[in-house]
Amino acid sequence: MWKLAPAGTGKELRAVFVETLQEIMKDNKKVVALEADLGGASGFTKIQKTNPDQFVQVGIAEANMVGIAAGMSMRGYIPYIHTFAPFATRRVLDQVFLEGAYAKNTINIYGSDPGVCVAANGGTHNSFEDIALMRSIPETLVVAPADEVQLAWTIRECAKLTGVHYIRANRKGNPTMYAEGSTFEFGKGNVIREGSDVLLVSMGEMLSKAYNAAEKLAACGISVEVVDMFTLKPFDAELIRSEAAGKKLVVTFENHNVIGGLGSCVAEVLADEGAGIPLKRIGANDVFGQVGTYDYLCQAFGLTEEHIIDTIKDALK
Amino acid sequence: MDKAELLKLKKGSAAIRIQTLKMLKWRRYGHLGGAMSIVELMSVLYNKHLNYDPKNPQWEDRDYVVLSKGHAGPAWYSTLALHGFFDPEMLYTLNEGGTKLPSHPDRTKTPGVDATTGSLGQGTSVAAGIGYAFRLNKSSQKVYLIVGDGELNEGQCWEAFQFIAHNKLNEVIVIIDNNKKQLDGTLEEIINPFDIAAKMEAFGFHTIRANGQDEEALSDAIDEAKAVKDSAVCIVMDTIKAQGVPYYYDRSDSHSPKFGPESDAAIDSVIAELQAFIDENGGM
Ligand SMILES: Cc1ncc(C[n+]2csc(CCOP(=O)(O)OP(=O)(O)O)c2C)c(N)n1
Repeated sequence: MWKLAPAGTGKELRAVFVETLQEIMKDNKKVVALEADLGGASGFTKIQKTNPDQFVQVGIAEANMVGIAAGMSMRGYIPYIHTFAPFATRRVLDQVFLEGAYAKNTINIYGSDPGVCVAANGGTHNSFEDIALMRSIPETLVVAPADEVQLAWTIRECAKLTGVHYIRANRKGNPTMYAEGSTFEFGKGNVIREGSDVLLVSMGEMLSKAYNAAEKLAACGISVEVVDMFTLKPFDAELIRSEAAGKKLVVTFENHNVIGGLGSCVAEVLADEGAGIPLKRIGANDVFGQVGTYDYLCQAFGLTEEHIIDTIKDALK
Repeated sequence: MDKAELLKLKKGSAAIRIQTLKMLKWRRYGHLGGAMSIVELMSVLYNKHLNYDPKNPQWEDRDYVVLSKGHAGPAWYSTLALHGFFDPEMLYTLNEGGTKLPSHPDRTKTPGVDATTGSLGQGTSVAAGIGYAFRLNKSSQKVYLIVGDGELNEGQCWEAFQFIAHNKLNEVIVIIDNNKKQLDGTLEEIINPFDIAAKMEAFGFHTIRANGQDEEALSDAIDEAKAVKDSAVCIVMDTIKAQGVPYYYDRSDSHSPKFGPESDAAIDSVIAELQAFIDENGGM
């Protein structure tokens, strides 16, 4: 069961990742963390200090890291690997596909700074396609946690599962959404705000903006239901079907290309159902990322509360 | 090398170092360590060895530069600005939204930038392809490929090196910046490189070791590399991470430091010293 928390600024997600791994490593010596020379960026070098036997430094060799994780998992280890989201997905896709998913090995992948979270690292390090890539591989779990509580829960749960699990998360803190102690279910979305006119679906670092936009729209007499679809795969089609029913409009809001991401997931469900409800997909629209501050990039790609509000008002006219 | 030419190269290095430090200090973050260790190389290339036309950056017959360790972009941007590719004022747009100077080089954005890099390893293959095209065109152009020593962790580098060596592709001058550190620590701590020059020799390269802080040694190495006719060529530059800014030599954050009052003072004193050197020697 989950509960919402009062608004607040969350802890750095990389710190949450490190501390959660350190905690599960205490009871499970099979849990190992692998880095590709970004341990300074992820904080994984702290694990090297506290749990030297459970830390593996592979150097700047991401494809190699995926293969090593696969091999270790064949001997019962539970690897968590980290690199930036584009390198954790695009750059190593065949290794993840073949030695990970196809060969039925276990790899937990932390792809950090997805999409606009990339900020100063710019277009070469941007990933607007990581969800699309990872969800196209059979049997994967693809998760975009909204905050520290959901991330910590995700990390702990992944240790109990086998297979390829992709965890897409900021390194910095996201606004707090959930109360301490909340639990979730993979493959189940959460209705975090009730509403009757519009269904607004989001996840990850964008969820709080979706929530705030819905609150503001209430003041204009538009009732918006907000769903946290933190699991992109397996996708909660049932929830989309039931919650879209009777609404005038469905909107998706994601820090990802609208091609292949959350917008596509929802579109597939609505089309399969023959729901006939209009859908607006907000996200990067078939464009490359670029350099700039997080706020600049959010503006540039329409990832703002204002853009949600305008889109919904326009569509309902 | 005659004295006047050496002085020109040394002043060139000083100017690039000053400009890069000013830019990074203004920006308050950036990949200082790896930018500093290629400063002398940039001066030697742009003041002596490279064929280019700043007024026509796309000139068909130019020599190419591929900065595979793309995070060192700021050192390249300073060099390009100082050599007339664009107004040095533009340096103060580094990483701003809409800039032509992103943290990692982008060939579609910046005049003088020949290849898009930032995902380590990939520039090596691109340089191999450019060199191969030069060969097919029977052109005497060269492509200068600058690779980080940590970057050598990437298997792709060695795939490219195999191809370059197999084809005796001396159109590509491979230059390895051996500053002995990567992001999480020293190369030896992360992934032991053993003897990089010996590895390159074993791969089939005519390999030259040169002091990367010494413009004359670098220039001689490039001359030697250009003269090699029947083999791939590689220069292993012996450098220091954050070269020229001793404050960072023993610091673990030299790769991408945060700036504060203490580092500002250290950087300012380096800038003042270098500026005095330029001024005492007749200015730029
Ligand atoms: C494929 C890829 N993985 C990781 C990174 C992140 N990264 C940027 S610089 C760097 C260390 C580079 O070390 P080195 O090549 O020795 O560069 P230098 O010390 O000269 O700065 C890392 C890991 C990257 N840019 N690309």
